[in-house]
Amino acid sequence: METPMTSPSQPAVVVTGLNKIFNHGQPNQVDALVDIDLEVQPGEFISLIGPSGCGKSTLLRLVADLLEPTSGAVTINGKSAHQARVDQDYGMAFQQSGLFEWRSVERNIELPLELKGWDKAKRRERAKEMLELVKLPEFAQHMPWQLSGGMQQRVAIARALASHPKLLLMDEPFGALDEMTREHMQAELLRICAAAGTTVIFVTHSIPEAVYLADRVVVMSPRPGRITEIVNVGLGRGRTELTREAGEFFARVTEVREALRGIEMADAARGIEDR
Amino acid sequence: MVVAVLPPLVLGVLFLAAWQTWIIVSDVQPYVIPRPTDILASFIDDFDLVWRASLVTGMNALVGLVLGSVFGFVVAVLTNRFRFVSEVVNPLAITIAAIPAVVIVGVLNNMYALDSQIPRRIMVTISVFFVVFVQVAKGLRQNDATQMELMRSYAATPFDTLKKVRLPNTMPFFFTGVRTAAPLALIIALVSEYFGGTQNGLGSKISGTLNSSNKALGFAYVLGGALVGLLFFAGSNLLEYLVVPWRRRARSK
Amino acid sequence: MSDPVVAKRSGRGRRIAMFVLAFVLVALAWEGYKAVGPKAGGEIFGMRILASTNDRAMPHIWDMLARYSDPEIRGGTETIFVVVLRAAWYSFRCSLAAFAIGSLLGIGLAVLMARFRTFERAVMPYLVISQTVPIIVLAPLIFSLMAYQSRDLAGETWLAAVLLGIFLAFFPVAMGTLRGLRDTPAAPLELMDSYAAGWWKTLWKLRFPNAVPYLAPALRLAGAAAVVGVTVSEISLGVRFGVGRLILSYGQEATSDPPKLYTAVFGAAALGLVMAAVVLGIDRLLMRNRPPEAL
Repeated sequence: METPMTSPSQPAVVVTGLNKIFNHGQPNQVDALVDIDLEVQPGEFISLIGPSGCGKSTLLRLVADLLEPTSGAVTINGKSAHQARVDQDYGMAFQQSGLFEWRSVERNIELPLELKGWDKAKRRERAKEMLELVKLPEFAQHMPWQLSGGMQQRVAIARALASHPKLLLMDEPFGALDEMTREHMQAELLRICAAAGTTVIFVTHSIPEAVYLADRVVVMSPRPGRITEIVNVGLGRGRTELTREAGEFFARVTEVREALRGIEMADAARGIEDR
Repeated sequence: MVVAVLPPLVLGVLFLAAWQTWIIVSDVQPYVIPRPTDILASFIDDFDLVWRASLVTGMNALVGLVLGSVFGFVVAVLTNRFRFVSEVVNPLAITIAAIPAVVIVGVLNNMYALDSQIPRRIMVTISVFFVVFVQVAKGLRQNDATQMELMRSYAATPFDTLKKVRLPNTMPFFFTGVRTAAPLALIIALVSEYFGGTQNGLGSKISGTLNSSNKALGFAYVLGGALVGLLFFAGSNLLEYLVVPWRRRARSK
Repeated sequence: MSDPVVAKRSGRGRRIAMFVLAFVLVALAWEGYKAVGPKAGGEIFGMRILASTNDRAMPHIWDMLARYSDPEIRGGTETIFVVVLRAAWYSFRCSLAAFAIGSLLGIGLAVLMARFRTFERAVMPYLVISQTVPIIVLAPLIFSLMAYQSRDLAGETWLAAVLLGIFLAFFPVAMGTLRGLRDTPAAPLELMDSYAAGWWKTLWKLRFPNAVPYLAPALRLAGAAAVVGVTVSEISLGVRFGVGRLILSYGQEATSDPPKLYTAVFGAAALGLVMAAVVLGIDRLLMRNRPPEAL
């Protein structure tokens, strides 16, 4: 099969006119997403944020081709989302690490490669490389339950990156971690993605997390789910722990917070009208 | 360790001592209730009798346990993809669990030769089948949502998903079924012998001798049955320990 | 929003239909095998595994059902239906008593085990062993012991059957209740502590209600266990009025009158199903104020 040429200027992800309606035509119809357009550049880090029910996870799953759109299209590096999934062009991580408790750490990371039909020696080598990337080289033979929550999540990220995908899709991967571990993991994620030039779409409900990680924060609102604002973070690359204390960081956090508050107030106003 | 072992040990010894004393003090005749020491003596003296009867019943139970477990597992895996079949098998499973199913042996006996052990083995197989089937079907339905989404993101085939996610996830459920079914298999095998047929198994021997005057021998058979039961219990637990090693820690918690 | 009541109702209709269909399929399999199977049984791999299909071994289903309206003994006035029904009713009352007493005993044991750690440690291994070891074969022994203790009890074999039913029924209830009492979340326990509520008050106000969802499935097991205990003891003791005895004696007539045995077997099955229905009613009553997903 011919792979489309990827020129540096071609966007990593293009979402055009995307609609997702659950239970279409039934009394419990939900307009999860309405008219979503989004373009993500190669190497860019995008955070999706919004109150629950705004469709941020649904959007991520449409990009991943885990859900079918009602209308509209998603292209990943010029391919359809479905083709990208079949080719394992992206890696994915969830809030739950989803590690297989019956497999060692190493064999968990090998899973996607196994499904691609890689031979054992190559898999082992790649798993080793990934474990070094997430700084867990001495844990290859451990079982998942012997690891802390943060370490488990690092293994899940290693698994997501195992096939060297250009795109990483993450659904609140640090949501279940404590604040300290969380900040540490955020810094690690930035380091890993910068090193590999990975494009990331990252769903979160934490404002500081969204701002600290992203080049652009996409703010979404519910009922119906749509994009209300895109905040350019502009903190540059090479962010450190000091970034979290910078005035500019707080300015962006405030900006995102106000965008979200606008949604809340509009929601409340509508609630009053409904009554 | 001492804390765990001591209370049951004390209770057991007290119970046996009370039993022995009661018989001596109130002068109970041995044809009513034998002394524990007499039971032990009978168990040792007539060990070959007990052994032969245990072998017959134990084999019936084992054959049924293995067949029922295999069928239960295979059918559950097959029906997992066909809603209709599971909808048909589930009512039968519920019914078998609710009724004293062992009476079916009375019917099965008519279908085979008088000296056949097959009706008993079929009965054990049926009972074990439904227990294992229900557990495996439950395990196949309860899959980790994240793992399933992950497999979909890899565009994994249904067969790969079955092999790599569903089956490993189901193993603990399967062994819960087998562990529940193991003592059941023995009980069914014993009770099956009440419905006529060859009287060479533990069940027939127990009911025969407990009604006779040689109560000590009857109790020796009971002891044999208890030991076979414990063997089944330990065997099924050991098997789970070996096959599902990742559960060891979870269960010891 | 969706209408869960409507969805549930259609689901129930389908479930009932599938229940009926399942038994129709079993009946069809029976008659189908009877039509094509070997009359005198058959061999696979040199073992006589195939059941024989002659009318003595596998009567037609309609012959079984038709027998219900025949008189029980030649020239008698009572139909088999009446006799089987009376026997099943007798066994049902025994099972119900065993279930009720066994459940109360199980709950009591669970409370004692939850309260006194040493008691649990001493008793638990024996409880587990008592279920591993086929207690049910002890029915004749329990009876002879009873008869020895009191001459008046010599005729009351049913009492031994009930005792065995109790023995089988109490275990799941004790285990389920104990788990429920133990699994009470820490937060409400601390709340009760903050009210300076004592152990028994906490038991009554918190631990018991918390144990109810664990109790419901345990009661289901206990109901079935009581029926099995009573029926099987009836068979091994020959309790005069029970359905187990009926199966035994009709089984002895099976050579001359094969369908008759089935009337009693179905009676035992009906007994089990009625018991299951009773327990389900108790379940519903206990769980009436609980969230639907807990059912």
